[in-house]
Amino acid sequence: MTSLLGIAASNGIAIAKAYRLVEPDLSFEKKMIENPAAEIERFRQAMAKAKSELETIRDRAKVELGEDKAAIFEAHLLVLNDPELNSPIEDKIQSEKLNAESALKETADMFVAMFEQMDNEYMKERAADIRDVTKRVLSHLLGVQLPNPSMIAEEVVIVAEDLTPSDTAQLNRQFVKGFTTNIGGRTSHSAIMARSLEIPAVVGTKLATNEINNGDLVIVDGLKGEVHINPTQEVIEQYRKVAADYELQKAEWAKLVNEQTISADGQHVELAANIGTPNDLKGVTANGAEGVGLYRTEFLYMGRDQLPTEEEQFEAYKAVLEGMNGKPVVVRTLDIGGDKELPYLELPKEMNPFLGFRAIRLCLEEQNIFRTQLRALLRASNYGNLKIMFPMIATLDEFRSAKSILEDEKQKLLTEGQKVSEKIELGIMVEIPSTAVLADQFAKEVDFFSIGTNDLIQYTMAADRMNQRVSYLYQPYSPSILRLVKMVIDAAHAERKWVGMCGEMAGDETAIPILLGLGLDEFSMSATSILKARSLIRKLNKSEMEKLANEVINMQTTSQVIDAVNNVVSK
Amino acid sequence: MAEKQFKVIAETGIHARPATLLVQTASKFDSDINLEYKGKTVNLKSIMGVMSLGIGQGAEIKITAEGNDADDALNSITEMLKKEGLAE
Repeated sequence: MTSLLGIAASNGIAIAKAYRLVEPDLSFEKKMIENPAAEIERFRQAMAKAKSELETIRDRAKVELGEDKAAIFEAHLLVLNDPELNSPIEDKIQSEKLNAESALKETADMFVAMFEQMDNEYMKERAADIRDVTKRVLSHLLGVQLPNPSMIAEEVVIVAEDLTPSDTAQLNRQFVKGFTTNIGGRTSHSAIMARSLEIPAVVGTKLATNEINNGDLVIVDGLKGEVHINPTQEVIEQYRKVAADYELQKAEWAKLVNEQTISADGQHVELAANIGTPNDLKGVTANGAEGVGLYRTEFLYMGRDQLPTEEEQFEAYKAVLEGMNGKPVVVRTLDIGGDKELPYLELPKEMNPFLGFRAIRLCLEEQNIFRTQLRALLRASNYGNLKIMFPMIATLDEFRSAKSILEDEKQKLLTEGQKVSEKIELGIMVEIPSTAVLADQFAKEVDFFSIGTNDLIQYTMAADRMNQRVSYLYQPYSPSILRLVKMVIDAAHAERKWVGMCGEMAGDETAIPILLGLGLDEFSMSATSILKARSLIRKLNKSEMEKLANEVINMQTTSQVIDAVNNVVSK
Repeated sequence: MAEKQFKVIAETGIHARPATLLVQTASKFDSDINLEYKGKTVNLKSIMGVMSLGIGQGAEIKITAEGNDADDALNSITEMLKKEGLAE
């Protein structure tokens, strides 16, 4: 048995066979061949196999994942059937006596280069289609199997270098029991995805794809961040027990679904969920969230080739507001840029995307995009308890500009005779230190704050959260971060405004006692963390936590803070 | 040989979905079907050929069909272009 250590990204235990989402070796030698006719026949057979494979995948994707997701395979089939791709390849085999692999690669490369040079993002993406199709045909010529995640039909643990949004779109959640990746951290896309799908995951193992073969039995321990490969029967039995205990624990937590979140000394706080799409609402309700504390609207804009229309957005916002049945829903306006790109906006590459043209900065400049979203939100406001939040606010001027655009759109809608709710609260994300420091001034004008710790930590510590080598600086319990959080909470309360937190920190067992003590009003986290947090808060005494909070903000190091929390909480 | 002129009215031009529809429609027929734009001719059954032209809104294009089902092909293509609001 081999074991790997990684980062526990999503709770739970998975025991299943490994499915490697890793490309096989597709290298080959350029060779001259004797018999072009036979080589052309070999090429045609590979094409036929690739075609029938793609058709099966497309049909299955249509059923399992929907027309939308199947469209990509439809595009691949068109490329595969393209006479302008096929005849030059056959000509090359015939006239240059090249082996099929080389003829295919050379021809495809020519088309890829042509499409990549085009001054149009859509065309550049077609280059990716040609590459994908070439790989598939090449795999049949070489007799190796490409991973086809949409064809998985038994319970598996996915093993990959990393999982991108397009990889995960093809995964069938019925069969994917867990996953483990070489890279990533708690806030990487793959980790957030795992928590929203409620499947155990261990990321950042560095070696998963080196150590794990297809079909190996793998245990993913998403509680401790361990991966065990081909474990002994004894270890499997142990883990069955851990899994069963965890299920019991979850059942215990589940009893709290309809309970309020009240500390041992009777103080109420609100536990809300972070969501990305209306589909996430099921998990929100199942886990007893008291609201949506962060609706990331970016997903409406991603994985497509043009901006979503006002109507599409309206439908999505309306679905979430209606689904929450009058409970608060905090919608964050478009937060694109940084690690989240939209190819069709054709924004220039930046040296420091996290410090660049993103989120509200982009929205205030590209106002047509912003205005469309605000109109959709305002129209949807009639269907529930909407709160609007602007991301990446660094100055009061930015907030005022965004607010006046919102007012402007509201007036237009009213003039058109449309209804808009009168009770929409307007807040900002506090994720830039300049805003945290000036929170007392902001508090006079906003209705609420939501502290976005993922970015606040990276900006305060000057540590890129995607860079593993500086990850030691990425410390939520650092006294510096805790002081900023305290400043924001105190400033809001002085103006009788409420404060939430929507970063990973809000659901963290070590942070929760401190945050409760600092007076945080709303904790927003992955839906799956809510019941565990509720169970914890019900055991904590808020007045004791206030003492703890006062102590830790005067400490010198992160480890002192952690020790202090453990001391108080374990008692 | 059958041929017909069109003016592209779709805002996005002949990209993405429109190109897919055109190629799918053309591929149903045996005839050789070509598309002419700005002096260049491409095989209408080739998705890469069609997209490589970068046909935008307002473009004047000519589609020609030659073969035993040439007229049917051109009628189907015309119908599709109009139904989808791509060209007139």
